[in-house]
Amino acid sequence: MAAAVKLSDLPIGASAIVRELPKSGLLRLREMGLLAGTRVTLVRCAPFGDPIEIKVRGYHLTLRKSEAALVIVDPQEP
Amino acid sequence: MTPPAKPPGAPRSPVYAIVGNPNCGKSTLFNALTGLKQRVGNYPGVTVEKKTGTLYSQHGQPITVIDLPGSYSLAARSPDEAVTRDVLLGRRTDTPQPDRVLCIVDTTNLERNLYLVHQVLDLGRPVILILNMMDLVAQAGLSIRAARLEQMLGIPVIPCEAANGKGIIELKLAMSRHDLPLPRHAWDIPAAIASAVAELQASLVANGGKAPLIARAEALLLLTDQDSVRVAGSTPLDRRTEEILRSWQKRWEAEGMDWAGTLVSSRYEVIGRLAAEVVQTARVQTPTPSDRIDAIVTHPVWGWLALGAVMTLLFVSIFQFAQAPMDWIANGNAALANWIKRQMPEGDLRNLLTDGVIGGVGTIVMFLPQILILFFFIGLLESTGYMARAAFIMDRLMSRVGLNGKSFIPLLSSYACAIPGIMATRTIEDPKDRLVTILVAPLMSCSARLPVYLMMIAALLPGSSVSLAAKVGIMVLMYALGTLGAFGFAWLFKRTLLRGKPPLMIMELPPYRLPRLRDVFLHMVERAGLFLKNAGTIILAISVVLWFLAAYPKAPAGANATQQLAQSFAGRAGHAIEPLIKPIGFDWQIGIGLISSFAAREVFVSTMGVVFNAEAEGENTAPLTHALNAARWPDGRVLFTPLVCFTLMIFYVFAMQCMSTIAVVRRETNSWRWPIFQTAYMTGAAWIISFIVYQSGTALGF
Repeated sequence: MAAAVKLSDLPIGASAIVRELPKSGLLRLREMGLLAGTRVTLVRCAPFGDPIEIKVRGYHLTLRKSEAALVIVDPQEP
Repeated sequence: MTPPAKPPGAPRSPVYAIVGNPNCGKSTLFNALTGLKQRVGNYPGVTVEKKTGTLYSQHGQPITVIDLPGSYSLAARSPDEAVTRDVLLGRRTDTPQPDRVLCIVDTTNLERNLYLVHQVLDLGRPVILILNMMDLVAQAGLSIRAARLEQMLGIPVIPCEAANGKGIIELKLAMSRHDLPLPRHAWDIPAAIASAVAELQASLVANGGKAPLIARAEALLLLTDQDSVRVAGSTPLDRRTEEILRSWQKRWEAEGMDWAGTLVSSRYEVIGRLAAEVVQTARVQTPTPSDRIDAIVTHPVWGWLALGAVMTLLFVSIFQFAQAPMDWIANGNAALANWIKRQMPEGDLRNLLTDGVIGGVGTIVMFLPQILILFFFIGLLESTGYMARAAFIMDRLMSRVGLNGKSFIPLLSSYACAIPGIMATRTIEDPKDRLVTILVAPLMSCSARLPVYLMMIAALLPGSSVSLAAKVGIMVLMYALGTLGAFGFAWLFKRTLLRGKPPLMIMELPPYRLPRLRDVFLHMVERAGLFLKNAGTIILAISVVLWFLAAYPKAPAGANATQQLAQSFAGRAGHAIEPLIKPIGFDWQIGIGLISSFAAREVFVSTMGVVFNAEAEGENTAPLTHALNAARWPDGRVLFTPLVCFTLMIFYVFAMQCMSTIAVVRRETNSWRWPIFQTAYMTGAAWIISFIVYQSGTALGF
């Protein structure tokens, strides 16, 4: 398994499992279903490179790279 | 808005609240249940739409339904979500606490939708779960065991296709039941926070007078409700409970415990177990039509083209389709005024009616075509899902000035008219972002400034020898100035007055759906109704005042319109403000125009016609241009020098000269504070910039 990376550094199309989120932070992101152990896929970046679009629990969510940088994920082999 | 009071003892007709995530078909369900028996208003003190409706049970009993704003969680992050939370918890005195709750979910996305349901089940009220969009479930390659879910939760679970009217009868039958069961909903609160929940619950019962189950739900919520939104009309937490909450939080912080995260995780654990039992993936997921559309509309090249095409279509429709109805309205008003003139003897009352009241009502109604068309489009963009993509594409640019992508459509709409633009800011969740967007929206050059620009360009560059390019260049410069001003002030406000944490941009990109025209139309009509009801009265009042200022005191008999205006209160006010506007090159006659164009900017043109006694005839503005070029200061200097024309245009770019906008801002911000601030900063900026331009222009010898 590859080393843990920031969600914002995930290449387009890659999937990963969330390893950790900042303590007591990004609560709304957690409430939207992004939790430690959740599988995410980076779908695309906006035309200017930010924000990013991810797929989580079967739906599409967009967040800025600055927020995604706080989420540490373990990339999964395709 | 409250259901009719019944004598004590008589069973009250049950109140249902509809709760669900955004984009799950909630409004469609509400419309399908209540038809046109809806009342739309506002929750007092907040600009959140309050929708209630009535339907009849199978026994013919009326049932009240409240359509609560779409929410992802009861831990509110926006005023909309705060209202949903407060109504469900019985914290609002203006709305009865619902007896029963209809939870609607987008079944294609069950897990995330169940998060809110899970919070609602805690409330200890009977709940009916509606599995909406069942038709799309099979398409998505899923199958759902509704009966199993019903068994596990112990509440009625009704598969439904609200858009096609399927499942509505079953739902109405369930809603008619007297014996709706309470949810069989035992979930283990994580041990680490269980004692805190118990203590908070006890305090809420003892000090807040809450029922035990609601108190437990509220206690759980308090733990995830960290920097939650408080809105007017919500009962605050009692002191004792607040203290208990603080002390637990302090203790957990010291222990390094992530209590809110623990709570969210344990809810999702329960949901995961439910979903594992209920959702079956029938086949391998393939790219959906939504994925294919997104590959184009968020593409680095095609995305811009798509956005440009949509926006062009929007503007062309506003200018194309709004013009004809606006002309009809103008003609209708004129005909009505003439009819009154024939029916009534000449006098002040007649003038009040024809010039003040009809003029005012005319102004209000004149905005309607633009508002209707813009809201039709916004409704389409929202219900198809494109709105979120536009925000996705534009977020990066908007973030440069501290806003997020959701401010884009309101600001862009303001090029047509700031009123619908400001009304469209309701889609922005963050209250500060919304306020900043409202404050800067009128700087976008709206269509009412166009006649002023055109007149001034004609006066600035008289004659036909001037190249079109020069005229277009000046026009583009004005639009650019307004846009730069809007972004500049947004940047400034986000750094000073309305500083806050950079707003999160956590936004769902919902799957594309075919729009439901009926819902779009209903939404459009609601919006127009709100505008007429709330802004209309203020606009009418100011119109009558402006009429009075121009009509009194009366000039001696035989005076023409120019003389009448010159010695009216408006004329005197023009004289009074002359010392103020002389440094920017304007005389008292232009002053009258500035004052009267407060009714609407384009009124400046007709006022100038009266002031200089050269009524422009229809499209032909040549006589007016001629009169303007002939105007002189008392000492014989030319009044409308090219520099003054240019300065006047710049003044119009920045100045807040639109009572209708002020009325709408008053309504959308719920106070006079912001419209007054906005008028002051815009007009102040207009003066300062005009001063700099005029004085440096004069110094340079223009």
